[in-house]
Amino acid sequence: MPEVLGRAMTDFSTDAARALAGPAWLVERRVSAAEAFARKLPPDVADEEWRYSAIREFNLSDYAPSLKSCDSPALGLGMDEIDAAAVVHSLNGRVVSLEVADDLVAADVFIGPLADADAGSALLGAVSADASDYFTVLNDAFAAEPLLIRVPSDVMVERPIVVVHQVTGERVAAFPRLVVDVGANAQAEVLDCHTSDSGPLLVCPVAELDVSAAGRLGYLNVQQLGPATWQFSSQLSRAGRDASLTASTAAFGGGYARTRSDVRLVGRGANCDLLALYFGDGRQGLDFRTYQDHVAADTTSNLLYKGVVSDESRSIYTGLIRVRPDARGTNAFQTNRNLKLGENAWVESVPNLEIENNDVRCSHASAVGPVDAEQQFYLESRGVPTGEAERLIVAGFLDEVLESLPVTAMRQSLRSAIDAKLKRQARLSLQPQAEGALS
Amino acid sequence: MSELVVEGLRARVGGQEILKGVDLAMASGEVHAVMGPNGSGKSTLAHALVGRPGLEVLGGSARLDGVELLDLPTWERARAGLFLAMQYPTEVPGVALRDLLRASASTGDNADEIGSLMRAEAERIGFDEKFLERPLNVDLSGGEKKRNETLQLGVLRPRFAILDELDSGLDFDALRLVSARVEAATEEDAVGVLAITHYSRLFEQLRPDTVHVFAGGRIQQTGGAELAQELEDTGYERWSDSPPPTTSASKLGEDPFADPLAGPFADPFA
Repeated sequence: MPEVLGRAMTDFSTDAARALAGPAWLVERRVSAAEAFARKLPPDVADEEWRYSAIREFNLSDYAPSLKSCDSPALGLGMDEIDAAAVVHSLNGRVVSLEVADDLVAADVFIGPLADADAGSALLGAVSADASDYFTVLNDAFAAEPLLIRVPSDVMVERPIVVVHQVTGERVAAFPRLVVDVGANAQAEVLDCHTSDSGPLLVCPVAELDVSAAGRLGYLNVQQLGPATWQFSSQLSRAGRDASLTASTAAFGGGYARTRSDVRLVGRGANCDLLALYFGDGRQGLDFRTYQDHVAADTTSNLLYKGVVSDESRSIYTGLIRVRPDARGTNAFQTNRNLKLGENAWVESVPNLEIENNDVRCSHASAVGPVDAEQQFYLESRGVPTGEAERLIVAGFLDEVLESLPVTAMRQSLRSAIDAKLKRQARLSLQPQAEGALS
Repeated sequence: MSELVVEGLRARVGGQEILKGVDLAMASGEVHAVMGPNGSGKSTLAHALVGRPGLEVLGGSARLDGVELLDLPTWERARAGLFLAMQYPTEVPGVALRDLLRASASTGDNADEIGSLMRAEAERIGFDEKFLERPLNVDLSGGEKKRNETLQLGVLRPRFAILDELDSGLDFDALRLVSARVEAATEEDAVGVLAITHYSRLFEQLRPDTVHVFAGGRIQQTGGAELAQELEDTGYERWSDSPPPTTSASKLGEDPFADPLAGPFADPFA
């Protein structure tokens, strides 16, 4: 279809990439990414990493990058309840407001547009370069204003740093880019929230998380996108010697929301926890792809993804643990558990191992099932009504992940988001019950 | 004064008829013991009364103050005043005892009141308070689970409580505290108790008014407290002509981890 192709060529062309504002190095970087993108084939379900996905229903040419900055103010997200060290709002991938506490400024913590930071250019792509795919390259070409959080060596930021991305407009494609650079023996927590309007939108966020020797980072991505948003998200992480990283996601929104999370353990003794909780309803598709890449010796990665799907929603989990030849003494675990509420929900769960060293401890497990009938009976035998018992069990199922997430101040908000999903279920199931009661 | 009346109760599990016409009547504050050999259907009686899924009632009735329990879903039976202390309480990850008690009707929404009730009950039976905030039954020992059941009985104050082998898994001291607590409930709150057990040791603190011998899917004999001692001395042999206890059924009774719904056993809930 030449017309479609023609539109795609225009909207995501090198000229379009060149038109975005920024210093010369950034413009050059975008242009060469746009050139690389033009040579890339779109992904397809025939590719292993896109198996089960909804990619064939996606049409890039339905969307266009937003080329100008946008005046409408970004929404707050109830962040007042969080005692944050910094709050950044971005709209369609551009920073619209920025607040940083004085003590962070005094400690040389940088939070703001990466282009404004000294030596920022070296940090952009430092982690993603080894993990590029169709959508990260697209982000390279069209990220309007990459954001940097840099915590210098030995600095401990006690309160969370909060970033809120919002996507708005008519068929807008947005490319938020966040680079988190945690120096040696430094410590930080980052809350990365994504929201969007209810109409058709595209968002392709890339977060690069780089934790240097003995650094500690807790990263939590909270996805509450609108119901018609396509998301292709990439969280790409690297952990150095004795570094400690939690890369986590709480996913509730989106029409089809894909999250890829890669961790590379490149320094001896590095430790990564990968956590996710998700809850799909309606006709949502929530798609998770993980990669635990053990490059160095004595590294540990522990993955726990737990999700709930109801109505006609779908969830996909596929993950790979790879242990490289030098990574002796690796501990790597991968667990994905799913609760399926109702006959029409659909779950695919495929864990994988690829081990090239014998001195390792690895395991993987996955499970899909309905609410446990024994648990349900136990609660009901105490006088808890059927629907309420199910809600308690489902919330309890997700609680194991919730209690392990970084940014503890978000827990109440996340519980509320889970409750909202469960209450929606309750309203839906009330209708047939009411009819039954009348008959 | 409340009344629980069971008449001609018949039930089937896995295609096999286990309850073959149970008749039983009890009033508030009374303690009735149901004793019998393994595999006789005692636990199935308990589960039929509360409405466990997987169990099919074939006939009969069970009325609590005239309300037909067998027509109600499990949670409404509980709200009508029926409580079951389970032989093998289920682990419910992520749901704390406090969440459970808040969601069950009889305690209402008063969170403060539930909290103080829970603590008071925990103290009465020597149940460590740290368990009150933990997920239900998760990583609890057998004895702690039984204390947890007893604590819920104390907080929920049912009209009738069925105790399914409450004594199993309890050491001597715990048994004394737990059975004394149930005895107190019969006096303080006039709870009627249907105590299912294999042994009479539960009845040192909890004094039965009536003892039923249960075998072959029905009550075979009813007598006073002295019958419990008699059974302890003579055993259940004279009842053992009554049917089928297969080997798998008796094994199941000894194995707390067996899945009660896993196979076609004579008494899957034993």
